[in-house]
Amino acid sequence: MMPDECPPAIRVHNLTKIYSLTPVVDGLSFEVPQGSITALLGGNGAGKTTTIAMLLGLLLPTSGQVALLGHDMATDRYGALAQVNFSSPYVDLPGRLTVRENLTIYARLYGLPRPAERIAEMVEDLELGAFVTRRTSRLSAGQKTRVALAKALINRPRLLILDEPTASLDPDSGDWIRGYLSRYAAETGATLFLASHNMAEVERLCSQVLMMRQGRIFDRGSVSELTERYGRTNLEDVFLDIARGQEKGGPAQ
Amino acid sequence: MSRGLVPGWSGFAWHRVGAVCLRHLYVMRSSPIRLLEMAYWPTVQMVMWGFISQFFTTQSSWLVQAAGALLAAVLLWDVLFRANLGLSLSFMEEMWARNLGHLFVSPLRPYEFIVALITMSAIRTTIGLLPAALLAIPLFHYNIFAMGLPLVGFFLLLLITGWSVGLGVSALVLRFGLGAESLAWVLIFALAPLSGIYYPISTLPGWLQTVAWWLPSSHVFEGMRVVLTTGTFDWSLWWTALVLDLGYLSLLGGLFLYTFRVARRRGLLLNVGE
Repeated sequence: MMPDECPPAIRVHNLTKIYSLTPVVDGLSFEVPQGSITALLGGNGAGKTTTIAMLLGLLLPTSGQVALLGHDMATDRYGALAQVNFSSPYVDLPGRLTVRENLTIYARLYGLPRPAERIAEMVEDLELGAFVTRRTSRLSAGQKTRVALAKALINRPRLLILDEPTASLDPDSGDWIRGYLSRYAAETGATLFLASHNMAEVERLCSQVLMMRQGRIFDRGSVSELTERYGRTNLEDVFLDIARGQEKGGPAQ
Repeated sequence: MSRGLVPGWSGFAWHRVGAVCLRHLYVMRSSPIRLLEMAYWPTVQMVMWGFISQFFTTQSSWLVQAAGALLAAVLLWDVLFRANLGLSLSFMEEMWARNLGHLFVSPLRPYEFIVALITMSAIRTTIGLLPAALLAIPLFHYNIFAMGLPLVGFFLLLLITGWSVGLGVSALVLRFGLGAESLAWVLIFALAPLSGIYYPISTLPGWLQTVAWWLPSSHVFEGMRVVLTTGTFDWSLWWTALVLDLGYLSLLGGLFLYTFRVARRRGLLLNVGE
């Protein structure tokens, strides 16, 4: 099947994952347009990480379809994966290897024609020079996040999926990462899809927000649409209303 | 030769196999202790059995006739043991590093991963056994390389048996988590008494002989004794072992791929651990 000419970066239809008769993700349907930055929000256990794992094909859905960049993940997963990458605090890079070694391996896995050049670019862009020869296990949380981001960008992905990209970072490191992601998206036109608990981050970066609760998309829209709809001044209050089931306005129909 | 030449293996690429191998070679390079450890146990085994063998040759006419049988057995058993361990450890290294998630959102195919694990097992086995085999020459005047081409044949067969066991162990560890990792060291020893490493298969009770002949390793060690005692190579033993080996490799490779799919269904690629 040939992919559409300009398909959505992510197209999800009726995606469901059931563990032991309990639906963890329940009939999710949404589209993420190419070139957008979209956040997936929800409290702990809302199903964000499960959704991301299904988007990437690390987890098989119980039912439903996922297509990334027009490639059906059930039938043409590898067609998509070459143009996609991801980073998550729940998945590590081998700690015994140096930063350069890790990047070299992933550059080769993605079949980059000149891996050394791309690694040099990443080292410069993400300011990894001071610790590129250090073992990854010996880096600080901020340094590890930058290395994970370098790995996630090594293949110049058209779609970058990030699970909590600034989790456990100090405000300065977090701000640096957000600035970098924002520039990357603007310069390359790549699509960013991120799960986050940091509402300020989402307000700063994202053009579209998907709010999850109990495995379903509870509401969606831009930050301003959501704050207006719920009669709040910031996204954090909207998030709290939804997470606590205290929403006054309620989701868009 | 990198794309789709094997049916069902569409998109197979050696550069991805090379990348996974490179990852493990980097780990080996970063830790000389690991390299030493790889050669340590085979060497200790060889030295111990070398002295036992020297003692026995003064006591037994059969062993005088089959000079070197014990040492050859020790070294060949270690091929089987190291091939299994080399594959299992390379796989578990990815689980210990919680790296499976990153690997499998790259375009790496599971069968490319298997080929990389097999390649690393061959490298680890060679690194582990070469020093022991070389040391046996000055220490005990025993040169296993004098066996010539039969040695290559036996080495290959035992490697394949070890890979099959290693794939089975890796499948179990993937399914049941790192709590099952001790299987990498334990499971292979179930084959030892049935393989006739140090004694002919005819020593076993009749019903157990039937079981033993279903193992490729039994044919290899029997074939090794034929070479050492008569100087001839029994092709029928070699071919039977090869057929059994390919059968088990297909079966356990298939089990690994099936378990990989189960792991994707259950979310085990992200939630690795005990």
